[in-house]
Amino acid sequence: MTGRTYSVSLTVNGRPHTLDVPAHHTLLRALREQLDLVGTKECCTEGECGACTVLVDGQAVDSCLMLAVEAAGAEITTIEGLADGDRLDPLQAAFLETGAVQCGFCTPGMIMTARYLLAQDPHPTRAAVQEGISGNLCRCGGYNRIVDAVLAAAEAESS
Amino acid sequence: MTAGASPFGQSIARVGGVERVTGAQRFTADLKLDGVLHVKLVHLPVGHARIIAVDTSDALEVAGVQHVLSAADLPQPVPRFGPASRDRPVIASGEVKYFGEPVAAVAAESEDAAAEAAALVRVEYEELPGVYSIEEALAEGAPLVQHPDLRGDTPLAHTNLLGEWHFGWGDVDATRADVVIEGTYSFPMVSHFAIEPFATMAAVQDGVVTVWSPIQHPFVLQRVIADVVGLPVSSVRIIAPDAGGAFGGKGYPKYEPLMAFLALRTGRPVRLVLSLEESFQASRRAACTVRARTGFDREGGLCFQDLEADFLIGAYADIGARVVSKASYTASGPYRTPNVRIVARGVLSHTVPSTAFRGFGVPQLAWAVESQLAEAARRLGLDPLELRARNLARKGEDFIPGDTPADGDWEQALRRAAQAVAWDTPAPAGRGRGLAMGLKSSATVSVSNAIVRLHHDGSVSVLVGTSDMGQGARTVLSQVAADELGIPVDGVRVVMGDTSVVPFDTSTSASRSSVFSGNAIGLACRDLRGQLCSIAAELYGEPEEEIRVDGGRVHVHGEGLAYGALLKDYFGPSRGELIGVGRCRARYLPEHPLGGAPSFWELVAVACEVEVDETTGEILIHKLVTVSDVGKAINPQHVEMQDEGAAVMGLGHTLMEHLILDEGGRISNLGALDYRIPTSRDLPLEMATFMVENQDGPGPYGAKGAGESGILAVAPAVAAAVQAATGVRIRDLPLTPERVWRALMEKGLSEQPIV
Repeated sequence: MTGRTYSVSLTVNGRPHTLDVPAHHTLLRALREQLDLVGTKECCTEGECGACTVLVDGQAVDSCLMLAVEAAGAEITTIEGLADGDRLDPLQAAFLETGAVQCGFCTPGMIMTARYLLAQDPHPTRAAVQEGISGNLCRCGGYNRIVDAVLAAAEAESS
Repeated sequence: MTAGASPFGQSIARVGGVERVTGAQRFTADLKLDGVLHVKLVHLPVGHARIIAVDTSDALEVAGVQHVLSAADLPQPVPRFGPASRDRPVIASGEVKYFGEPVAAVAAESEDAAAEAAALVRVEYEELPGVYSIEEALAEGAPLVQHPDLRGDTPLAHTNLLGEWHFGWGDVDATRADVVIEGTYSFPMVSHFAIEPFATMAAVQDGVVTVWSPIQHPFVLQRVIADVVGLPVSSVRIIAPDAGGAFGGKGYPKYEPLMAFLALRTGRPVRLVLSLEESFQASRRAACTVRARTGFDREGGLCFQDLEADFLIGAYADIGARVVSKASYTASGPYRTPNVRIVARGVLSHTVPSTAFRGFGVPQLAWAVESQLAEAARRLGLDPLELRARNLARKGEDFIPGDTPADGDWEQALRRAAQAVAWDTPAPAGRGRGLAMGLKSSATVSVSNAIVRLHHDGSVSVLVGTSDMGQGARTVLSQVAADELGIPVDGVRVVMGDTSVVPFDTSTSASRSSVFSGNAIGLACRDLRGQLCSIAAELYGEPEEEIRVDGGRVHVHGEGLAYGALLKDYFGPSRGELIGVGRCRARYLPEHPLGGAPSFWELVAVACEVEVDETTGEILIHKLVTVSDVGKAINPQHVEMQDEGAAVMGLGHTLMEHLILDEGGRISNLGALDYRIPTSRDLPLEMATFMVENQDGPGPYGAKGAGESGILAVAPAVAAAVQAATGVRIRDLPLTPERVWRALMEKGLSEQPIV
């Protein structure tokens, strides 16, 4: 099980890294264990909860389902890469404003999914947001405030 | 930092919110310890088995493995622990008593090595017949889940009953009623499914055992660890990072004692992060069957409630006895019922130990009691709203004889919920509406302490022993302190989650933090204000009673002095600080059935409007409304967020959630793929949450606790609406499409004319 490792070069939040990763390690593990980017969360490890969502070349990906070696050459964005210094991403600000954050464990994955959603569709309908975040589980809240936050961020970004 | 309007009652942003949206928040699994060993558990694919031998030789050969611990490596008999009774072994001892109970634990230099070695631990075992349901556990000749020697001095030692409780008043048997409704209701076993799986670490240094755990009640864990490893409480430190959701599931110790032993045995820090599947096997809600007989007079007045409830708890008691007794004590709900008989039993079984879960047993009972009221309204031809209003206890009424009287205008909540679904107008064609209420006892005997340190620059550190698991205690308690001292919230830092720093707190449960910790902080701040007046009197020669503390300043000789300026005058240039302390205690009453009276009541009214697709049995909820009596919302947004979340969690057990066991006691739908919780696509088309705020609670400015009420009565409201829409009454949860469809089919068949 502790077989050979592979050298993988990838860009994470704008910074290039070269990592030695075991073949079976997921991108999630590489981010958390090797780069200490622990904002990306681990929950179900089977692509059902969305807590580990990151952007890989602009696509929302469950990082628990992608091997780190598969990310070679990719540009990865994690939750740590969204804010510009102290300036929050509009989604981050909107999540706080609408009360979309309780325990916050699902929040990073939820925001990354929403980031992808708004990249695909800058002016989504409420139904489209509900559909778009349906792969991300939250257990504290009732989702509506998350939907409100995504719509508010879309509004903020278009004005 | 400038003083301004009080933040009390304002929806200020979550303290710690920025950390949570930027990924900077550190949960337990995000913490790194130098030299840590990674732990993996070994369990068997059985619900009940005798352990014959544990062979660790191959596992120990794996590079990086430092230790493999099983029962044989522990002091004999294997130490046992539990928050109420010491019945749970640190690791499976002699038998595996539930699916997922660990038999061995591997500690290794890497997670990979630990996982590889865990798979190589060979356990020889003999599968034994188990009891996995209430019926099986109570059957004649059923295998005993717990050995009688462990049960102590109880006549139930040779049964699978953990306990049996009898509550009530009046004389049910002698009471005549015009209409008697009878029904049997079942509520499934469900999983907490916090998005943060369980994680725990332990380390030993300088004779102190430190345990990291997202535990809701750090001081319960401290007591249990001290007891199980045989150290004084002062030599056990619990660090409790904010939990990523808990809901009762992280209230009581699970694998922390095992981790403490591993740290002691290896001399190294150890770290265990459970998978979501293992988290399912660490905590759950008790399933429940309720047999109800409810008597009414013709006008709909309650004559009696006769309730028998069996709760399926697990292989070990955890806090199960308290769940059963506390919920059952209030089973008759917020109503004036002249005659009540409640018999509740906690049934041991070879299943995952059940524990606290939001609502603490009340949703299981309200499901039956409220469904009975709905049925009665139909039988009597009365409006379910008016039937409830007629029976609701009025404020001040002694509805549970001799106990805390009704402490709110509960009818206001009921009517507000009804109004929000336009109850007095006919439902649109094809739809039905339902109403239900829920009542939960808050904390009884318990204590919260607060230490408020006023620093020399006028900022304060608030030290409290409660936890922030997402409910926002840190935010709300900041608001209380800021209000009491007249300073802005950003001058307040609430410190939690480290028993070596913060003062004792009983538990983060029963929606008690705002009231108990809030009051303790209020008292500590008043203590500080008194000290400020006293030192100002001493310094400036004005009588103490002439001095006021207001708006963040000490007013002396007509001048408003900043706290910092006063402290500088008092302590001199080398600075100092003032320390205020406060304590909020609910009395211990040994003769009270719950050990103490409820401090306040948590009450909810739920209304909904639904439509049922008769071809598929699917329920579409058009509108769901919850109204909670919160006394006073310290942070309205935080209350609403919790109530909405609780309502959606309630939709989970109402519509889809249930753990399914196979014939061998294994959970068939383990994990996120097969166990469904509500997603953003499962929401009602419209949801609303309202609060009743009459400032009639015992907390700051009349606050009561909040956060659990929203889940209490969702199921009976939805089921009543389904019945209104379709004529079908279902008494088993969840109301899955298949179950609803089958009920509709049966009704269709029974209504077909006989030719």
